Amino acid sequence: MARAQNDYDDIPGTFVFDAERSRQGYGINMFCMSLMKDDNRKAFRANEAEYLKKFKLTPEQTEAILKRDYNRMLELGGNIYFTAKLGATDGHSFRHLAAVMTGSTQDDYAKMMLDGGRSVEGNRSRSGKGAIGSALGEQGRPKAAKKAAKAKPAKSKGVKSKAAKAAKSKSKAKR
Amino acid sequence: MARIIAGVASSHVPAIGAAIDNKQTEEPYWKRVFSGFEKSKEWMAKTKPDVAIVVYNDHASAFSVEFVPTFALGCAAEFPPADEGWGPRPVPVLKGHPELAAHISQSVILDEFDLTIVNKMEVDHGLTVPMNLLFGSPAEWPCPVIPLAVNVVLYPPPTGHRCFMLGRAIRKAVESYPEDLNVVVFGTGGMSHQISGPRAGLINKKFDTAFLDNLTKDPKKLTRIKHLEYMREAGAEGIEMVMWLIMRGALDDKVDEVYRFYTVPASNTAVGHIILENRKKAAKGKAKRAAARSRQEVRRGG
Repeated sequence: MARAQNDYDDIPGTFVFDAERSRQGYGINMFCMSLMKDDNRKAFRANEAEYLKKFKLTPEQTEAILKRDYNRMLELGGNIYFTAKLGATDGHSFRHLAAVMTGSTQDDYAKMMLDGGRSVEGNRSRSGKGAIGSALGEQGRPKAAKKAAKAKPAKSKGVKSKAAKAAKSKSKAKR
Repeated sequence: MARIIAGVASSHVPAIGAAIDNKQTEEPYWKRVFSGFEKSKEWMAKTKPDVAIVVYNDHASAFSVEFVPTFALGCAAEFPPADEGWGPRPVPVLKGHPELAAHISQSVILDEFDLTIVNKMEVDHGLTVPMNLLFGSPAEWPCPVIPLAVNVVLYPPPTGHRCFMLGRAIRKAVESYPEDLNVVVFGTGGMSHQISGPRAGLINKKFDTAFLDNLTKDPKKLTRIKHLEYMREAGAEGIEMVMWLIMRGALDDKVDEVYRFYTVPASNTAVGHIILENRKKAAKGKAKRAAARSRQEVRRGG
């Protein structure tokens, strides 16, 4: 089933955990939650595929979990605070998982953070329509620019979904 | 009469808790973070609140996806630290203030904020990390705590405006409580960070600085920030900053910024911290001068 388009789908590299993903990913998140108990962690480690059968998961979700494809888990309805419990079971911190999700090495990611993090410039919008800056950052801007900024998002629907499609096929290519 | 005297905002990065628990606070990476809270601890020790209302979010500890309350007020007598997968944090059990919590719940629900009442709840790093940052690591916490858990995990969280208005309703509730209590409100989480997806690591110092500035100057402006803008500008998880607006709404319109600290990074996150005080209208003569002196000492680092 196609996912309804939302304004926030225009944010690059981001899977917003919304009501639709929460519905879809209930099994992933409940599986992750089960890993809070040591007995369950042991059972999972002993036979991962067998353990996963206890949860309502689609074949894609099961595959993403077994492959530790964290971005795919998010795309299929996992939430980072839950999938981080799978990461913790493997002995990994949030920062480790973040580096994995960005496709960086641990060292490069740590260095990027120490250098002030990933810049928002160039990372605001897939379509380019949202790359306007925030109401907070706009304080010094002339009124005309503000008006233009306000008018833009309403027109960008078609462009957004195209951009989202392009991004989807990209992420498929990666896999 | 009870009164809200000040608001504190602070990030609640889990790695900060881990650094405390693993005794790494003197390591250069962490010292940079912890040194920013030394003056805050002094301020807190002087302020000595009778109760702290701590606005925070649960991170799949007390609430899984089985139920997701938007606003959940902790009305229990105590709140044990949650086991987040590595055993509970070695911090004291938090004592609640069930009487004031019950009073607040009744007052704000009649003000049309439909809270979830929680009489049994474990609290995770979202609450315990800011407690450590402001109170240190004592054998017992110096004051009771009323936790207010806000959903910022499942989209959409409550709007910033809604949060601000809830803060106002909480202020009204506190001010109608008959016992003479000084209350401090914590807003926690943030600042800019994204820990999920290929855009993880996003930090926006410009946004954070403007947010801190406006918290004192023009909080109404902050209530107009849309969720899309938080996520785009401050990262998917930066949306936690709506919780700071509950704290701000609970304060008077005019406040004094007593202290501020900002550093990047702690793990994946920009650490932001601010202390705001209501102007002391009720304090007279000696007490007022003493309060002003202590504020100045904190500012100067005395």
